[in-house]
Amino acid sequence: MSELAVTTDLVAQHGLTAEEYERIKEILGREPTFTELGIFSVMWSEHCSYKSSRVHLKRLPTTGPQVLQGPGENAGVVDIGDGLAAVFKIESHNHPSFVEPLQGAATGVGGILRDIFTMGARPLAILDALRFGSLDDAKNRSIAEGVVSGIAFYGNCIGVPTVGGDVYFEPAAAGYAHNPLVNALCLGVAPKEKIFYARARGVGNPVIYVGAKTGRDGIHGASLLASAEFDEASARKRPNVQIGDPFLEKLLLEALLEALDTGAVVGLQDMGAAGLTCSTCEMGARAGTGIEIELDNVPQRETGMTPYEIMLSESQERMLVVAAQGREQEILTIFHKWGLDAVIIGQVTGDGRLRVRHHGETVADIPARPLADDCPTYERPLAPPAPRPEKLIEFAPPDAAARNLRDDFLALLASPTLASKRWITEQYDYSVRTNTVLGPGQADAAVLRLKGTRRGLALTVDGNGRYCYLNPRRGAQLAVAEAARNLIAVGARPWAATNCLNFGNPEKPEIMWQFSEVVDGMAEACRVFGTPVTGGNVSFYNETRGKAIYPTPVIGMLGVLEDVERRVASGFQRAGSAVVLLGGRTPERQGLERTFSSSEYAVRLRSIVGGEPPALDLAYEKQVQDCCLELMRRGWALAAHDVSDGGLLVTLAESCFGGAAPAGAVVTLAGALPLEAVCFGEEPSRLLLEVDEKHLADLLRVAAQYLVEARQLGWTTPGEFRIHFNGAVVLDENISSLADAWRTGLTERMRGAAA
Amino acid sequence: MKFGVVVFPGSNCDHDAFHVLSDVLGQPTEWIWHQSAEIGHLDAIVLPGGFSYGDYLRTGAIASHSPVLGAVKKFAARGGLVLGICNGFQILLEAGLLPGAMLRNRRLKFLCRFVHLRVETTSTPFTGACRVGQVLKIPIAHMDGNYFADAATRRELERNDQIVFHYATPAGEIVDDAEANPNGALGNIAGICNRERNVLGMMPHPERASEPLMGSTDGLAIFQSMITSLVAK
Repeated sequence: MSELAVTTDLVAQHGLTAEEYERIKEILGREPTFTELGIFSVMWSEHCSYKSSRVHLKRLPTTGPQVLQGPGENAGVVDIGDGLAAVFKIESHNHPSFVEPLQGAATGVGGILRDIFTMGARPLAILDALRFGSLDDAKNRSIAEGVVSGIAFYGNCIGVPTVGGDVYFEPAAAGYAHNPLVNALCLGVAPKEKIFYARARGVGNPVIYVGAKTGRDGIHGASLLASAEFDEASARKRPNVQIGDPFLEKLLLEALLEALDTGAVVGLQDMGAAGLTCSTCEMGARAGTGIEIELDNVPQRETGMTPYEIMLSESQERMLVVAAQGREQEILTIFHKWGLDAVIIGQVTGDGRLRVRHHGETVADIPARPLADDCPTYERPLAPPAPRPEKLIEFAPPDAAARNLRDDFLALLASPTLASKRWITEQYDYSVRTNTVLGPGQADAAVLRLKGTRRGLALTVDGNGRYCYLNPRRGAQLAVAEAARNLIAVGARPWAATNCLNFGNPEKPEIMWQFSEVVDGMAEACRVFGTPVTGGNVSFYNETRGKAIYPTPVIGMLGVLEDVERRVASGFQRAGSAVVLLGGRTPERQGLERTFSSSEYAVRLRSIVGGEPPALDLAYEKQVQDCCLELMRRGWALAAHDVSDGGLLVTLAESCFGGAAPAGAVVTLAGALPLEAVCFGEEPSRLLLEVDEKHLADLLRVAAQYLVEARQLGWTTPGEFRIHFNGAVVLDENISSLADAWRTGLTERMRGAAA
Repeated sequence: MKFGVVVFPGSNCDHDAFHVLSDVLGQPTEWIWHQSAEIGHLDAIVLPGGFSYGDYLRTGAIASHSPVLGAVKKFAARGGLVLGICNGFQILLEAGLLPGAMLRNRRLKFLCRFVHLRVETTSTPFTGACRVGQVLKIPIAHMDGNYFADAATRRELERNDQIVFHYATPAGEIVDDAEANPNGALGNIAGICNRERNVLGMMPHPERASEPLMGSTDGLAIFQSMITSLVAK
């Protein structure tokens, strides 16, 4: 063999430890070849093997009557009734999006789409959770601009609507400036019996390579980009970022769905992270079979590629299909009709090995199951960080002379995290495929119809990194609670969850402690809401120059509406309706002095990040959500909006801005707490409802039966926006001046205007 | 009466157009593959939105040279109804079936939102069921919808009553601002027909505004006009 000799240095460069290398030699019974070393290094990278997270992820609830497929496949699958299955998953593409924002984000979308349609489901919708640094910095503006363009470039071209998501712009302490987060979620739907799994079954069945040609791009994307910290030299990693071609993926999608309809396909797998390596060995390992491939047959974009390069390339828009023996021609014909490469490169074998040949030589011969499954897992040390001073920050109300509620309110409405996201969302085609019933900005969750049924699906992504930084366990619970609440707010029943866990370097005990706490918080909350976690993604090493990001779990949650006609939007429908606050506890019981310092108000207006995240009583939260769903079922809510970031006043204003016609509200608030805390405190378990007066008494009665607090705050108006507090008018505005601040806030800041 | 929906590699609103014609309006509809050379048995065809052949050249430029465009030209010359939506409109411009060209949106970004169209003429087979001055709420979703034509062409379009839709305010005023005319189209032009009036190109997507759940049913008027005109033939 004319391959590079494997040396200790080479092993270290591949990110493998001495123990891991010993394990490899044990598995092989000899020294690995250079190609084999490359194969092991990507399969055993943190990104592909979950070696630091596996022991913790086991604590998540993953089963339930609705779950058809939990973690371990390309995506989770749940039964949604009417013989249909929903396939969904969220994944990160953080590092590539920092190195090359447009292509990094684009290929993130392309990758998650392939995960969904590889399971036989046509993608129905995309959502994105984005975290950036402050827009005061031109570099952050250019990253945000590039990421949004990349998502638009890929999703719009392939024709899958981007229907929602969330975005935060955080100060330097969050670490997103040098390590933005780009998490993409995709949902697909297919008849239950048509779901496909990534298994190479049937000895002798041909293995077909379909899609784009293999080039030298993206080599070691999974191992070097995604599994190591960042530093100044990261720009040199640009060649490790893949380049996306959404047109090619569109052809792949259509050809593949057509091929699946023939019944001649027995298994298929996307070539994503770790490319051909991962797809061959995982398919073999899952089916308990082996795979033998001939690299000379792999379509190649460049000449002179080595086996190492071919096996490790992360060129996009490629897949492996295992066909039923004798029916391969049917499949090849369909792919050729769509103008795609489709070539038989090998076959399924019965010996459990991944065997790779090149120019007549065997360059790799590895037992598939140990390669896929026997990567060492680590119980890395955990240690809570030393008590941080910011934990102790308590909210001090401004003195009466310095108080200016109007200015505070306008500044909050215009802050990029709370302002209208239209600058972003209208760059996305959110209505293609004509299923989007409630799109971006219209409701707390996106709502899609399912053609041919009365059903609808609702989707949301949530995760407040600031809360998790201050208290990882509670932060994770708050994220799950908010996701479920957002689904409830559109009238959907929370059904199942997926998660993307974005953290720093797992080799540091305090990061691993954050991770462990978040998993426990998420597990506990998902049990309460009956939403098993069906899959997801862990992204570690989100650090630059030793500084970690806020621990940021992003929860993607799917909800089911039995009758999509009954969905509820967040904008007020008309003047003269009652405005009702459902849920919440008397604020005095919340220990608010310590939690207000974690709010949007504190960070945006006081530049404080501290205290504790809001207190959460999961059992009460569940009661509030059950109650709200019952009110929805009875058709009593004309509009519903979850009270979260920015607190009650921001929520109220958003409901005014979001309706078909301009609306305002006149409400009365009271209490012994400071005005700011009442207006902008972020206590969970609350929803704002618009209710027709004739249902008001009934609504309050039902809430009482659920032991849920509910009170009428006031009325919707044609335009005036007035707040009474303890008997005094503290704000009296026309809604249009508030709306202007909110509508232009993000656009102005993206243009570089100062706050 | 039979409709056809053309499928180019990269079309992505083909299913939506098919759904409205077939499922919502109950019309016999079939797919036309981009390599078809013969479409003579049809009465009306839709060139749908999307990114034909990836649109890696000017939008619509590659599709204008595809085999099916030869058939579309013959079909149009014979008087068949041709509706080009979004990318379909761009293809009709590139193929020379309609005059003018598309520039990138004035903000240089993709734009997806509801717009308002004022119907300027009802003497076309696509707007017979509308009123002149009627305002239709229909979404756009494109990167290159900033219509341009030279002064002589524009005068010609006006003189021959070929401007079918203008971008307008909800009240129907033709105002050239970022809200009413978001892509910056010359003279707010949103849709035009040929002199013979059987070929219509429009940037907004009527197929996305044809069912109550989609937030508007104003797009139905265009498909229903086509059906009525074909019945009358």
